[in-house]
Amino acid sequence: MAYEEIAVNKPLILKILPFVSVGAFLLLWEWIVVSGTVPSVLLAPPSQVFTLFINKLSEPNPDGAVLAVHAWTSLQEAFLGYGLSLLVGIPLGLAMGWFKVVEGLARPIFELIRPIPPIAWIPLTVFWFGIGLTGKVFIIWIAGIVPCVINAYVGVRMTQPALIQMARTYGATDWQIFCQLCIPSALPMIFGALQIALAYCWTNLVGAELLAADTGLGYLITMGGRLGRPDIVVLGMISVGISGAILGFIIDCIEKKLLAGIRR
Amino acid sequence: MTTAGTACPPLKIHCEDISKTFIQKGHIGVPVVRDINLDVEENEFLVVLGPGQCGKSTLLRIIAGLETPDTGYVTLDGDPVTGPGPDRGLVFQGYMLFAWETVMGNVEMGLKLRGIPKKERQAIARHYIKLVGLEDFEKHYPHQLSGGMKQRVGIARAYANSPKVMLLDEPFGQLDAQTRMYMQHETARIWEHEKRTVIFVTNNIDEALFLADRIILMEGKLPGRIKKEYVIDFPRPRDHAHKSILELRAVITAETELVL
Repeated sequence: MAYEEIAVNKPLILKILPFVSVGAFLLLWEWIVVSGTVPSVLLAPPSQVFTLFINKLSEPNPDGAVLAVHAWTSLQEAFLGYGLSLLVGIPLGLAMGWFKVVEGLARPIFELIRPIPPIAWIPLTVFWFGIGLTGKVFIIWIAGIVPCVINAYVGVRMTQPALIQMARTYGATDWQIFCQLCIPSALPMIFGALQIALAYCWTNLVGAELLAADTGLGYLITMGGRLGRPDIVVLGMISVGISGAILGFIIDCIEKKLLAGIRR
Repeated sequence: MTTAGTACPPLKIHCEDISKTFIQKGHIGVPVVRDINLDVEENEFLVVLGPGQCGKSTLLRIIAGLETPDTGYVTLDGDPVTGPGPDRGLVFQGYMLFAWETVMGNVEMGLKLRGIPKKERQAIARHYIKLVGLEDFEKHYPHQLSGGMKQRVGIARAYANSPKVMLLDEPFGQLDAQTRMYMQHETARIWEHEKRTVIFVTNNIDEALFLADRIILMEGKLPGRIKKEYVIDFPRPRDHAHKSILELRAVITAETELVL
């Protein structure tokens, strides 16, 4: 039995809909500023933001760095923090789901730290690490680790008990059941965590940069505010949005590829 | 532990005075099986027949070692059963396949967990995949298979561990009537091909008559007790609509509250 791939063509109207809405949004935005409905000191029109975008590709002033440097700083911090939170959070969550001792030890601490907004750590991280890279990586790590632990934990807990019994009838050890049954069972939840953690990391990164930084997309937004330049603020916001969306898309592609065989 | 009667054919499984009570909501005891005495011979196809909620699955789980009886004991080849083990192959109603493994991966899982080298275990798995007629589907994942095919994987997986006893818990309960009938024929064929001691739990009287060497009829209510026993010595392959089968069907139906 072979399954055929059937190409489903979306009707043209559905394909162009996203462009229609984005285009209409930009036009409306341009119009309300240009027509003077909203004064241009409060909001920059998209055309001005675009000009600034081209300009900021090579011009470090007035905020001290070109756009690529800001983006690179943010991405670096985000990926370091994100990577570390996956590295620690997922194994911890998996272990908490299967080993009672780990759960008993780690859960109370985790439940205490979990409700504290990552941004609340900023003053302490400034004391400890200054306003450089390390402090922000720490905050992103705190932000990303929560969904990693929770999803990995729930994923292991959702392993079908009958499958575990089945493995026991084969004489499998606890460790074998953990590795060969619980971890594969938890995979879809873990991939969910990759997405959620990325979103947490990215938003908290920008929050952290708003308060303590000297470069980065969040810093660009803050500087735009201080200089009374709405075009810089909007450019920063759009850069955050687009880079975040691209990151999410990449994770989504990786997930689809890795999980190709598992659908249920 | 000596078992009474040394006459052949040899005794495979012996259940002595098994009772089990489940505790519900912390303090309400629900007696599920009571005073079960049961002997199963080598290579016998034993069907435990009863309606839902009659303790027949619990009895099977006790034999599998997944539940411990409150009183009594089970022996397999004279050795007491203390927990689950590879000498008893289980097939569940809900298939219970490993969704992230292919057909091959599922069938070889038990052997893999016991550390049998890849070449050897795949040869064994391939043999049983062929036996259940899935040789063209080795690389398929469970979600690509129909219900009947999934249960074939379950049967092949249980066989692959070369268990002394096969324990099947309403294996065809989720299949449509047509597929179910077909799987009964397949089960009979596979069993004739590779004889094993089988304990097969079902609520379907036709299934029981078609497959069994002997039917254990359970009481229709809790606590589960053995009500009657029927030896079925019709020749195989059988026909669901054969006159003598239908006569016995009427006899058994009269004996039960079971209307099927």
